[in-house]
Amino acid sequence: MSLRLQSVSKISNGETHIYPTNLELQKGTMNVLLGPTSSGKTSLMRLMAGLDRPDTGKIFWDGADVTKKRVQDRDIAMVYQQFVNYPSMTVYDNIASPLKIQKKSSSEIDAKVKEMAELLQLTSVIDRKPNEISGGQQQRCAMARALAKDVGLVLMDEPLANLDYKLREELRFEIPRLFEASGSIFVYATTEPEEALLLGGNTATLWNGQVTQYGPAMDVYRDPLDETTARVYSDPPMNFVSVRKDGAGVHFPDGQLTRLNEDLASLSDGEYRAGFRAHHLEMSDNQSGSIEFEAELVVTELTGSDTYIHVDVMDERWIGLMPGLQTFEVGQALKICLDPQNFFYFDKDRKLVASPNRKPEESGI
Amino acid sequence: MASLTLKNLAHSYHPNPGEDTDFALKEVNHTWEDGRAYALLGPSGCGKTTLLNIISGLLTPTSGHVLFDNKDVTASSTAERNIAQVFQFPVVYDTMTVGQNLAFPLRNRGMEVDYISQRVQRIAQMIGLEGDLHKKARGLTSDLKQKISLGRGMVRDDVNAILFDEPLTVIDPHLKWELRTQLKSLHREFGHTMIYVTHDQTEALTFAEKVVVMYDGRVVQIGTPKELFETPAHVFVGYFIGSPGMNFIPVSVAGRKANINGETINLNHDYGDPQGDVLLGIRPEFVRLTKGDGLPVQINHIQDVGRHKFVNATVFDVEINIAAGEGFEIESDMTRVEFDPSNISIFCDDWRINAEAVDQGTGAMT
Amino acid sequence: MQKTVNQRAWFLVLPVLILVAFSSVIPMMTVVNYSFQDSFGENIFFWVGLEWYKELLQSERLWDAFGRQLLFSFIILMIEIPLGILVALSMPKKGFSASICLVLMSLPLLIPYNVVGTIWQVFGRADIGLLGRLLSDLGISYNYSQNAFDAWVTVIVMDVWHWTSLVALLAYAGLRSIPRAYYQAAMIDQASRWSVFRFIELPKMRGVLMIAILLRFMDSFMIYTEPFVLTGGGPGNATTFLSIDLVKMALGQFDLGPAAAFSLMYFLVILLISYVFYTVMITVDKDEAKP
Repeated sequence: MSLRLQSVSKISNGETHIYPTNLELQKGTMNVLLGPTSSGKTSLMRLMAGLDRPDTGKIFWDGADVTKKRVQDRDIAMVYQQFVNYPSMTVYDNIASPLKIQKKSSSEIDAKVKEMAELLQLTSVIDRKPNEISGGQQQRCAMARALAKDVGLVLMDEPLANLDYKLREELRFEIPRLFEASGSIFVYATTEPEEALLLGGNTATLWNGQVTQYGPAMDVYRDPLDETTARVYSDPPMNFVSVRKDGAGVHFPDGQLTRLNEDLASLSDGEYRAGFRAHHLEMSDNQSGSIEFEAELVVTELTGSDTYIHVDVMDERWIGLMPGLQTFEVGQALKICLDPQNFFYFDKDRKLVASPNRKPEESGI
Repeated sequence: MASLTLKNLAHSYHPNPGEDTDFALKEVNHTWEDGRAYALLGPSGCGKTTLLNIISGLLTPTSGHVLFDNKDVTASSTAERNIAQVFQFPVVYDTMTVGQNLAFPLRNRGMEVDYISQRVQRIAQMIGLEGDLHKKARGLTSDLKQKISLGRGMVRDDVNAILFDEPLTVIDPHLKWELRTQLKSLHREFGHTMIYVTHDQTEALTFAEKVVVMYDGRVVQIGTPKELFETPAHVFVGYFIGSPGMNFIPVSVAGRKANINGETINLNHDYGDPQGDVLLGIRPEFVRLTKGDGLPVQINHIQDVGRHKFVNATVFDVEINIAAGEGFEIESDMTRVEFDPSNISIFCDDWRINAEAVDQGTGAMT
Repeated sequence: MQKTVNQRAWFLVLPVLILVAFSSVIPMMTVVNYSFQDSFGENIFFWVGLEWYKELLQSERLWDAFGRQLLFSFIILMIEIPLGILVALSMPKKGFSASICLVLMSLPLLIPYNVVGTIWQVFGRADIGLLGRLLSDLGISYNYSQNAFDAWVTVIVMDVWHWTSLVALLAYAGLRSIPRAYYQAAMIDQASRWSVFRFIELPKMRGVLMIAILLRFMDSFMIYTEPFVLTGGGPGNATTFLSIDLVKMALGQFDLGPAAAFSLMYFLVILLISYVFYTVMITVDKDEAKP
């Protein structure tokens, strides 16, 4: 089983929703579409599902062209952001409904429904109706219905977005388990990088209707090939600063200079954008090799176990992520420090030329 | 502006409440200080909205009193209480302009024209809408509309309190922090007493000086964000604050030692001899995998999210989460876990044992 | 790749086209045909061109009926819309009494048109009617079959009685859809009852009120059965509205040609006014929505 998109694009009302896209998804893989709101995740899913026809390109299922095949005739299941269940049916009947349509025997249906209910921890509420169970259970019921069908392609469009964060947290850990239990192709849309990493599998990053990169989740996270992907795959977005590299090392806008280690010495001279992730911004306790900056604190945000700080440094706004709950005064001057080992370097064309895991010559430019 | 006192306050939606479970809001006694920012935090159905509606006067409590500056307002109508409220969905007067919306509460109170326009200007500037005063409210995006309702709440300088009922629900995720920030600076600027209801810990902890955590109709803890994180008063607070939440392991405790299946964990404080269901609570951040010290552990799976790795493991049949740093290498011979003793909490029948109090020999449990 | 242009798709709409042809287009074309011809019976027709139209446009009778019609529609809109809103505002919001109210309100809407006419005809009679008898006992001279003013009052009161419920029900539905938070906010802002109506309820009811106005206008402009049963268009021509006049012409005098021309013009006028109404409402809506 495989799903292949061949230069598929979608334009409606003169607006390009999806630029020509090539993707090949293999049987038994988890594929996360990661991108901000209205970056094209839902449009791409609708094309994969056959709810929309692409304006150009073809879609192949197991090598056969299914571009014009109706949704009803395709082998898919979908879970939405809203909890979509049949309101007048019990959880049991909800899960059983697709199986009844497939005309399975009643003993077969019973066994499958019970298995699904067990897997999704719905056994205790199996005789209740959707409005008598919690939001998390409603969404699990919708997922159970999608999985019970045992289809080749399961599409999930931000299924956790409408849940309280505690439930979201729990389901995030559950979904990879569900996925492992089935052999389908999973496609999962989310706006949150951490969710994409937790789910694992492959990640396709989306930006303005374009798939900017596709590959194993950790590879894309560690080696975003351009600035856009780096921004999309960081929460909060990656911080940037313009630097100039010459024989002496890397110069920062405030005149500071840092030497490059051997790995980066081969970087050719010129202007670069240096990027680093929020958790690599640290409070100054100047370790050897790190660079110190004067910053002004603009905002702090507390998430429960971490603190986000927004700081102004050399005409840039950076966001840092500190472990634990820290209290600062807004407007306070802070000394922050960065370890150049954590820098990603992007060239004028916003392409990655070096990263903590990649020496300049490896990037093949 | 006023302080707010809740005296023996309780509410039930049943006509003749008897048992404890009949009460959507169980008895609370608290005084909230003038000019502070509070958050009511809890999952849906915990009673936070009930409490807010009692404060705003939409609901008359079954028993007890609400006092603004020691004046009993339990029987007063919403209008008489002189409060402002921002709702879950933006409430704006569609046919009016932004400026007219902001001026509306003042005009209704017959304020002078000069004062109104000066006040509207000031507020519009604070919420970043000074350029849009003449625009019709109808066509604006929901985050701008919510800013207008925010501004309408701020425009009167004599309100007793401003209430927020999950005001960021309909706001796009990437705009949330902007509004959150604006709220915070508005609080700093005007010093109103603010009460913010939410189920989102980030909103509550970021906004409030004091967070009131509610669970099952009861206020389980009132504290600063740091207190909630470091010294949760109830297991629910431990679970609800932080992601993932606190790990709980059933133990027996005697003095400075906790025992589990014959293994001993040393504690920093003397907890006396608690009877009942005793749990040891430790946050994932303070659990460390080791090669020899601590309790035996079996690793189930590891999820790498970049800035740290979440490890799911089993200690004596109890599932726990461990947050390991980015640089931390997990090796196959790491078969034990250690808990940072200064961050261990001990709970008895769901409530925290206040070790300091026991240390001093009072033996009190809270 | 270009989008394929598939001509066969036209076959799929053919059944609808045929249905519409038989239900609307063909009968309509028959009328158009009549309107350009004259007949002396026995199915012999001859071409008269625009003669009937010219004649009608110069006929005082038509213009009088048209004027009466406009006046009638105007009056009943002026009464029914505000009255309907008022009724909706004073209806209970929930509970058993709300259901009772809704049922009572719907009753007049369920009565067939000619029964409504008959009810009022009897109701207003001075000898046996409850209203007529009461009025004459009070010493008020009232006779809808003799006095033009009384006839008008009766026709209008009858229409108001029959149709205000519709406006009230629509307005009620609009009011019920306003979230509670709006009322709470208004309370907190210390808005007066009038302000609540002016700035919350009226703007939120706009959509349904537009539908109510359009429906009531079109319906009242085509009114026939009730006044025909009540007064037969009299006294004299006092309550002869356009449809009544049309029927008199077509069936009473069997002037098929003028009646056909009349029908077409009538149809065009309603179409035109409804279109203007609709466009104005839409543009107002768009203007308001402009930031």
